[in-house]
Amino acid sequence: MKFWPLLWGSLRRRKARTVFTLLSILVAFVLFAYLAAVRVAFSAGVDVAGADRLLTTHKTSIIQPLPASYQDQIARVPGVSAVTHASWFGGIYQNPNKGFQGVFQAPIEPEGYLAMYPEFKVPDDQKRAWIEDREGVLVGATTAKRYGWKVGDRVPIQGTIWRKKDGGKVWEFNVRGIYTGAKGVDTTQFLFHYDYFDEARQYGTGIVGWYIVRIADPAQTAAVSKKIDALFENSPAETKTVTEKALAQGFADQIGNIGAIIQWIVAAVFFTLLLVTGNTIAQSVRERTSELAVLKTIGFSDGRTLALVLAESGLLAVLGGGAGLALGAMAIAAGDPTGGFLPIFYFPTRDMIAGVILVLLLGLVAGILPAIQAMRLSIVDALRRA
Amino acid sequence: MNWLSQVVAVTATAIRTIPQRRGASLATIAGIAGVVAVLVAVLSIGEGFRAALQAAGSPDNALVLRSGSDSEMMSVLLGDAVEIIAQAPGIARGAVAAGEAPVPLSSAELFVVVDVPKKSTGTPANVPLRGVQPAAFATRPDLKITAGRMFEWGKNEVLVGEGALRQFRGLDIGSKLKWGQNEWTVVGTFSAKGALWESELWTDARVLQPSYRRGNSFQTVSVRLESIDAFDKFKDALTKDPRLDVSVQRESEFFGNQGRSLQMIIRQLGVLLAVLMGIGAVFGALNTMYSAVSARTREIATLRAIGFGPAAVVVSVMVESMVLALVGGVAGAFLAWLFFDGYRTSTLNFDTFSQVTFAFDVTPALLVAGVVFALVLGLAGGLFPAIRAARLPVTAALREL
Repeated sequence: MKFWPLLWGSLRRRKARTVFTLLSILVAFVLFAYLAAVRVAFSAGVDVAGADRLLTTHKTSIIQPLPASYQDQIARVPGVSAVTHASWFGGIYQNPNKGFQGVFQAPIEPEGYLAMYPEFKVPDDQKRAWIEDREGVLVGATTAKRYGWKVGDRVPIQGTIWRKKDGGKVWEFNVRGIYTGAKGVDTTQFLFHYDYFDEARQYGTGIVGWYIVRIADPAQTAAVSKKIDALFENSPAETKTVTEKALAQGFADQIGNIGAIIQWIVAAVFFTLLLVTGNTIAQSVRERTSELAVLKTIGFSDGRTLALVLAESGLLAVLGGGAGLALGAMAIAAGDPTGGFLPIFYFPTRDMIAGVILVLLLGLVAGILPAIQAMRLSIVDALRRA
Repeated sequence: MNWLSQVVAVTATAIRTIPQRRGASLATIAGIAGVVAVLVAVLSIGEGFRAALQAAGSPDNALVLRSGSDSEMMSVLLGDAVEIIAQAPGIARGAVAAGEAPVPLSSAELFVVVDVPKKSTGTPANVPLRGVQPAAFATRPDLKITAGRMFEWGKNEVLVGEGALRQFRGLDIGSKLKWGQNEWTVVGTFSAKGALWESELWTDARVLQPSYRRGNSFQTVSVRLESIDAFDKFKDALTKDPRLDVSVQRESEFFGNQGRSLQMIIRQLGVLLAVLMGIGAVFGALNTMYSAVSARTREIATLRAIGFGPAAVVVSVMVESMVLALVGGVAGAFLAWLFFDGYRTSTLNFDTFSQVTFAFDVTPALLVAGVVFALVLGLAGGLFPAIRAARLPVTAALREL
């Protein structure tokens, strides 16, 4: 550590340049963090899908409904340990520009659904209140925050597909609970009682959107899926059963290479930024050839000169990159940049580690060439050049 | 020597000596080119998407949905409502086939999605399937059959849009498709000047109704208006009719709104990227310009000593920075145009829950915006180094090095 003042001195030599280099590295790593979050958002939850959950949808398309009577039949299939269902509601809150249509709103079976998704955490008293209130709704913390809803609020949602028996478009719900979840869990959903919905709706009674099936042994996925689909073969509503992960992957594929292109672009930018900053660091070492020669004259060994130059580039990378990753993580935690269209938006731990490794690599790669040059420097030549 | 010729002389020297600072200058140009290329590329996705939706909507057409529905998929219109709508005033009349008597140009339609595998991944995608009535081809005059033949009314036959044909598997003419318990045959393909329709499959609404258990119900009605001004007459007649519960929109306005979510995502991401990368590029430019100024310290000091004013020095540094930025901006915009313009893809439109095929569109406005953004970056990157150059104490600077 006795070389600290020397290191510090060389960084302060051109203050403006050091500051700008630091800031460019910082921006590069903020971008890196965002790239990771956007990648997760576009892959729409593939990483967090439950391995033991299957989804049974209509064979032609998920928009086609299935009869509610399928539930008991699916439950009797060997290997199935639980089954529940959900449907698409797609209502509007206040006006279409509020973006509520993008929130997953579903009439579900409260107890069955929560048992199916144990990753949704609800305080016990709120859970009870929600189950007891037929007009109750359980809202994800992200959505509650976005619209400023608290437990006890009554929220009117205008149905776009579904109407009430009296022809009314507006469905009113009482916010009874707000659920949270670990990193990566979708905390945007809006969940209410299927019984209330089914009784009150004008048409379509007795149909559901799709079934969610839990299987006892994830190794039996293919066999159980086949058995379920075989039950309804040649019926008016044939089914297609896939794992939750496959369905999420399917949606990611549907969004398609738009996501890939954006990621590819950001990655290119990230590496360009690294290249430019690396070049700046190397340049600043080259400008000090004569200083390094002086150091060697007064007795610095080759190895020590190498270490000194590497330490300088490493320090820049760690300071800038570390701050960038931290800032990026904070910005991501503050929410997605589109104001709620990307329900899953977080900085995965895996990418955080990759970021740290990249920071260290940047320090090494940017410093290694000038460091080797410095090490090999012949004192006489260097002093003469200046 | 007057002020202007001083500026010109110093600036010319600065520009002429750029090759001596090749490395740093190239890094700046590359940095700014990168930023502009990315900005233009990302925004071109949004432009292309918007163009596909906008081309679909003609102001001569009106679209009727059930009130409260904000997309075609969510709307329901019963058969008797459809009959009433077709008789409303303001609808143009015409023959839907050669030799037939003129009828109101009104097409009641069904809009559903079917799973068709995407060519790029092989996984099923929500491809829109539209059931139409004969007037549909009169309300969308841009639609042209490009291969095969028109489907026969009353038969399980479909026409495939060229966009859908390119992006999804198994839609070639002659293919058989099985949806539910019915089998459908692809009999032809159509183009529609890049509009949304090219992403869709079209068939006879009456054939689609029973296979989707829709009874005698439809989802939307598309009508051709007598003239652009007939819209209000048509709308008033429908919204005041107590038998109906519908909303009426100009088709152009309706489709303009159908890509809101995706456009919002693209725009927000584009702006965010541009800001972050812009900051990075400004730092790069600042670095370069500071080194340029320090490399020219002695030269600048000499100029000042023989009577050149500080303004000339400021302008020369700024111009150098702007020239680098301009070169970078033009290069970046050109790269984006070269690689992304016309690139075809498809994506899920969140608002309609169905696939839209479209081509990236690098518009002239985007190119201009990219170059302007580059100049702003150049300006920001040149300002502080320019001020420093002007403030150099002449005597100390002459002694330096």
